[in-house]
Amino acid sequence: MAEQGREKYAIECRKITKAFGQVVANDGIDLNVKYGEILALLGENGSGKTTLMNMLSGIYHPDSGQIFIGGEEVKINSPVDAMNLGIGMIHQHFKLVEAFRAMDNIMLGTRGRKEKSKAASEKIRKIGEAYGLEIEPEKYVNEMSVSEKQTVEILKVLYRGAEILILDEPTAVLTPQETDRLFSILRKMKEKGCAIIIITHKLQEVLSISDRVTILRKGKSIETVDTAACDARKLTELMVGRPVSLKIQRPKVADPETIFKVVDLTVQKPDGSKAIDDISFEIKKGEILGVAGVAGSGQKELCEAIAGLLHAQKGAILFHKENLLGKTPSEIIEKGVSMSFVPEDRLGMGLVASMGMTDNMLLKGYQKGKGPFIKRRPARELAENLIRKLEIVTPGTETPVRLLSGGNVQKVLLGREIESSPSVLITAYPVRGLDINSSYTVYDLLNEQKKKNVAVMYIGEDLDVLLELSDRIMVLCHGKITGIVDADKTTKEEIGMMMTGEMKPAESGKEALDE
Amino acid sequence: MDMVIKFLVAAVGAGTPLLFGTVGEILTEKTGHLNLGVEGMMSIGACIGFMVGYYTDNFVFALFFAALSGALSALIYAFLTVTLMANQNVTGLTLTIFGIGFANFIGIFVLNKSPEGTLKLPEKITAAMRGIHIPGLSDLPIVGELLFSYSPFVYIGILIAGFCGYYLNRTKMGLGLKAVGENPGAADAAGIKVTAVKYRNIILGGAICGIGGVYCSMIINGGVWISDNVGGLGWIAVALVIFANWQPSAAILGSFVFGALRVLKYYIPQSIFPFPIAFYDMLPFLMTALVLVISSMRKSSRINLPAALGLNYFREER
Repeated sequence: MAEQGREKYAIECRKITKAFGQVVANDGIDLNVKYGEILALLGENGSGKTTLMNMLSGIYHPDSGQIFIGGEEVKINSPVDAMNLGIGMIHQHFKLVEAFRAMDNIMLGTRGRKEKSKAASEKIRKIGEAYGLEIEPEKYVNEMSVSEKQTVEILKVLYRGAEILILDEPTAVLTPQETDRLFSILRKMKEKGCAIIIITHKLQEVLSISDRVTILRKGKSIETVDTAACDARKLTELMVGRPVSLKIQRPKVADPETIFKVVDLTVQKPDGSKAIDDISFEIKKGEILGVAGVAGSGQKELCEAIAGLLHAQKGAILFHKENLLGKTPSEIIEKGVSMSFVPEDRLGMGLVASMGMTDNMLLKGYQKGKGPFIKRRPARELAENLIRKLEIVTPGTETPVRLLSGGNVQKVLLGREIESSPSVLITAYPVRGLDINSSYTVYDLLNEQKKKNVAVMYIGEDLDVLLELSDRIMVLCHGKITGIVDADKTTKEEIGMMMTGEMKPAESGKEALDE
Repeated sequence: MDMVIKFLVAAVGAGTPLLFGTVGEILTEKTGHLNLGVEGMMSIGACIGFMVGYYTDNFVFALFFAALSGALSALIYAFLTVTLMANQNVTGLTLTIFGIGFANFIGIFVLNKSPEGTLKLPEKITAAMRGIHIPGLSDLPIVGELLFSYSPFVYIGILIAGFCGYYLNRTKMGLGLKAVGENPGAADAAGIKVTAVKYRNIILGGAICGIGGVYCSMIINGGVWISDNVGGLGWIAVALVIFANWQPSAAILGSFVFGALRVLKYYIPQSIFPFPIAFYDMLPFLMTALVLVISSMRKSSRINLPAALGLNYFREER
């Protein structure tokens, strides 16, 4: 009976355990997927999702436990083994060679003679058609949009005949419309009998795409439930282990006085193209202005221009009616404009990875000290204060920050900015890669600032959060503002449209007048 | 006219060691590893090849051992940078310093033992290296001299360059190699054995550099051993890789252009251009500097610079 039961699973893991030194990343995990089924894998950061998937794709080896593919026990020792077993992994950060054409990427690493370009491109197009994927095999990857790149990744695994697909946070970089398209492709694959495992943080997506959900917590598989019998609240509870309020507070703007204003700002990239193209907006005291947009729409350049790191070609940035353009970064900081930018690798900007918390606190204030010597005590006290207040988990104030987990690093960065009691706080992607619990800590921190009458600019990725947290939302697309809307009067779909470049009628009218 | 043909022929000869060095380094850099040890690998190849030729009087042996020693010195580099993940620049520079020192040491050691006080290659091997003569073809006016009069090295070099061009651009293995140099993570995920590809091509590149080295010791000085016989050609080769835009076929042309610069001093009439000889000695290096400046300023999207050049790859660091 047990043998038969196993037969119908595409992939089955039994009691998988994997430890890295002292840390047990996966502790007796059970997981199974049938052919023609979509399983969502849900869990907080550090719950062992990625470790588990890396074992299925042959990058790590389990210490103990068994893996069955189509009912037979297998050992997966390398990515090649995984491929031969029909397992295809689509990584969160695309594994594509930018300088190659789509077809070269797809053929990469396959065996046999190199096919003629034309035959290969025809074959790829055919596979694409079967699953409803549009692709230009001759196009170079570095000329592609994010969703096109993802299409190439998917075709790459289909070309190798994969029947088991693992997608690691595939929607993190997509607009809502692109996400919908991806989901319809996944549904089509499901119809064709593929087994799909999808990893995501976003509960709404889990509910809309999956048949079943397996929840991991602290390296253990807690439960597998049918999606139909679940809602967001229940999933969160299972994931976190206790009831959590999903509601983000939005205190009212107390004193709607404009404190920060950007007028006709234009910033060029080094290659001469416009990163920020003639944008104007303002932020009021005690307000959170959310900024939405596909990655690379000019968010980074906007931050750098405000912080004085990037030279602006035209326009003005007014703080208390004083132009900040042309001022040095330290002058801008002194005025009370503070920035925390969390880049993709989390440590790139703002913190020095190999320094401890104390030294990182000093970075921003050491010029103010008198004489050539540094006073470490105030900085250490500040660091200790932050550790207490924000519940930062670290062995000590001198531990290099790169050794802290992502969430804690972000708390250090944000905490330092907040401690300088700024009047304007620019924060970009502060919850990037954080799990639900830590994310809510960050939202609370921002709301606290709002109550202190700080003008906050929040550049974010998750539209659901933007809608709940911010008072107004500004949408960027290719360096232009395609709309500024009140968060409680708009919808996700509307913002999604604006992210792809379709202007809100009223706004576009205004733009036309300005020109 | 006669003078022009002589100049062109000399340019090809002088460019040949550069061709080997450049093609070898192209293969190496396509793995994402910048090996600044070209000068060192060529020196080691020059020394070992020359000594084997000196004692065995066999051209093929000399070539083989030059390639082998180049490959072995590249193996040291590969082990340090691929397996131990040492800094590539430091390792390459060290290899250069070591290679030159090693070659000079062996050279002086053997020189001190020789009864004549000089090391000169025996007659048979010198004959084997002389310009080829194909009856009929080589006797054609102009064409014969321009195409069919060189030492076997020239033809070997062009063949290797052609082969490498085909390998890089037309085969699946070449595609895999380029992928490793562009994005080793992507190559790894696609099932390519990144470490194996790196070792294979770094070592192959070293072997090709070794052959270039033995040209320097056996041909340039007429078969007499002198110290420092590679004399900076390895460095020019490193720059030529950029000049050739990482294409072996372009390396052929680039090498011969630089070869022409090196022999220009013998063919420019002193009466017309009264520059000191030192000026001409400087030309290839001046040109190298210019090439680097120009190629750094060029912002074309079709530059073949491997995106992961200089970065060691560690699978579990993402």
